[in-house]
Amino acid sequence: MQDAVVQTEELTKRFGDFTAVDHVSFEVRAGEVVGYLGPNGSGKTTTIRMLLGLLRPSGGTGHVLGFDVVDQAESIRQRVGYMSQKFSLYDELTAWENLGFYAGVYGVTRHDRWRETLGRVGLAGLENTLAGVLPIGWRQRLALATAIIHRPTLLFLDEPTSGVDPLARRAFWDLIYELADEGVTAFVTTHYMDEAEYCTRVAIMHHGRLLAMDRPSQLKRSALPGIAWDVSAEPLLEALEALQSTPGILRVGLAGDHLRAIAQPSVLAQDLASEMARRGCNLLSAAPAEPTLEDVFLALAGE
Amino acid sequence: MSDVSHPLIEAIALRRSFAGKAAVDGLTLSVAAGEIYALVGPDGAGKTTTMRLLTGVLRCDAGQVRLAGIELARQPDEARAHIGYLPQRFGLYGDLTVDENLRFLAEVRGLRPRDWAPRSKEILDFVGLAPFRERRADALSGGMKQKLGLAAALVHQPRILLLDEPTSGVDPLTRQSFWQLLIRLLRQGVAVLISTPYMDEAARCTRVGFMSQGRILVEGSPSQVTQDLQGRVIELLTQADRRVIHWVRRDPQVRDARLFGDRLHVTVERGAAEAVIVRLGDMLAMEGVHVASARVIPAGMEDAFMELLRAEGARAEQSPLAGKGEG
Repeated sequence: MQDAVVQTEELTKRFGDFTAVDHVSFEVRAGEVVGYLGPNGSGKTTTIRMLLGLLRPSGGTGHVLGFDVVDQAESIRQRVGYMSQKFSLYDELTAWENLGFYAGVYGVTRHDRWRETLGRVGLAGLENTLAGVLPIGWRQRLALATAIIHRPTLLFLDEPTSGVDPLARRAFWDLIYELADEGVTAFVTTHYMDEAEYCTRVAIMHHGRLLAMDRPSQLKRSALPGIAWDVSAEPLLEALEALQSTPGILRVGLAGDHLRAIAQPSVLAQDLASEMARRGCNLLSAAPAEPTLEDVFLALAGE
Repeated sequence: MSDVSHPLIEAIALRRSFAGKAAVDGLTLSVAAGEIYALVGPDGAGKTTTMRLLTGVLRCDAGQVRLAGIELARQPDEARAHIGYLPQRFGLYGDLTVDENLRFLAEVRGLRPRDWAPRSKEILDFVGLAPFRERRADALSGGMKQKLGLAAALVHQPRILLLDEPTSGVDPLTRQSFWQLLIRLLRQGVAVLISTPYMDEAARCTRVGFMSQGRILVEGSPSQVTQDLQGRVIELLTQADRRVIHWVRRDPQVRDARLFGDRLHVTVERGAAEAVIVRLGDMLAMEGVHVASARVIPAGMEDAFMELLRAEGARAEQSPLAGKGEG
């Protein structure tokens, strides 16, 4: 496809016997905000590092902005923005000095550009504050500023909001959407199922393999084998066991104080009630629930 | 030993300031046996400081902590003996085996071999690490390391567990088994306090306390704290962009609108959902924006938390240094 800004075919990385990224093929189109979702160790960072030309693939091909990830890595790195997982800020330097360091790397010498970039991430007025004393949500914005100082059209964000609270996370995503409106493509890794909801398309990774890639709402429609239920019952663990062997229940798990089940469409609340009663459990409530990306992940990753 | 009817964790009007700024500002909470309580809040809300006050690592300026009925300030050693603590980054020795790590931590706790040795097998069975006793901690997966951390926190049979973001970064399958362990502990009468910035983690707890600026603003079960918002969150499936958000936010009965990929979540005033759905449908149609569907969806913890912070006037735009504490 012509407007694919990232394209991989059978991209693979092996470390000894271990296959970190296993024949992964996908495309990211201009203007998309793509989530690359998976638990720690599922191959997310390894993929990004190959796309940036920092790691050589063991097999397959990758192209970023039309450049080959093996032969033209330098051209890729000049043109994309990268915010690494442990964002590389210097605690003992000020916000201004940190930005200046990265601006120098990319040859951005104009101070009005530095000021504008700090302003757009909401850090105007904090030029002289040491990066080390900024709260984590603000450090993340500073890290984003260092990644966009050269106005890249493609951004790689590796776990950008790890450890921040919902307010700061939301402010961060507002910035990503603002950039997306200006035509910037974002490729975001995350291990938070709920954070992936922010993305226009989500790739689900597990053990190095790409299990599915689609819009969140589409994944919830197509990847779930049944209907999601929230079930409250006592005692909880016995109820869990009861549901595990109930006909028509495809999957059941704990969700804190209640159970989460995926059931065939034919299953009714009264079926659950009678099965619970037969097992000596007390069904408190059972209601169809909104599917989540966690349901999708569990359905795809299997047990 | 102590009155059974007492909550196992009791914090009464705790205060702690750093350099004249209150990090914890009159915090009161209690957690009973068999309960799991989540402290949630933004960075700097005081969650970690609260945890540290409860473990006695930090002293309160005012207020009182009672653990299993024992006053922490008066009998620190006796009170702390009841706590198992799993910090976010716990120290494991990568070149020691699972068994050796556990033994080391037990000895640091002052336990004698004849007390902990039989128990260590039981705990490793409990957390599912028994087959890996001889494996070096370095060679454990993230989920297994976390279970070893939990095992270490349980080695002295505490009645109180304090967990700092216990399941962040863990895959959903491992998280399931971690929660099964917690529920078994709860059934044995352990009281658990979790601190977390993640709403989906908090939604799994029996009770939740929303913290901001050193205080608990609201507490209750997950369904209680979201109750006020039920029927007030609308999902619009549309090719939403920022223009759409601005139009939606102009509606007088719309409190907030958030973009999620191909969906827009709109929080409205009480009783206004149907009217807003009709109005937004008309308005977006006139602007040429196709809406694939519009419906009321269940309000989540994050919706409730945002609404609360908005009401509280605590804004992300506030000076980043104003909210900076040790927590």
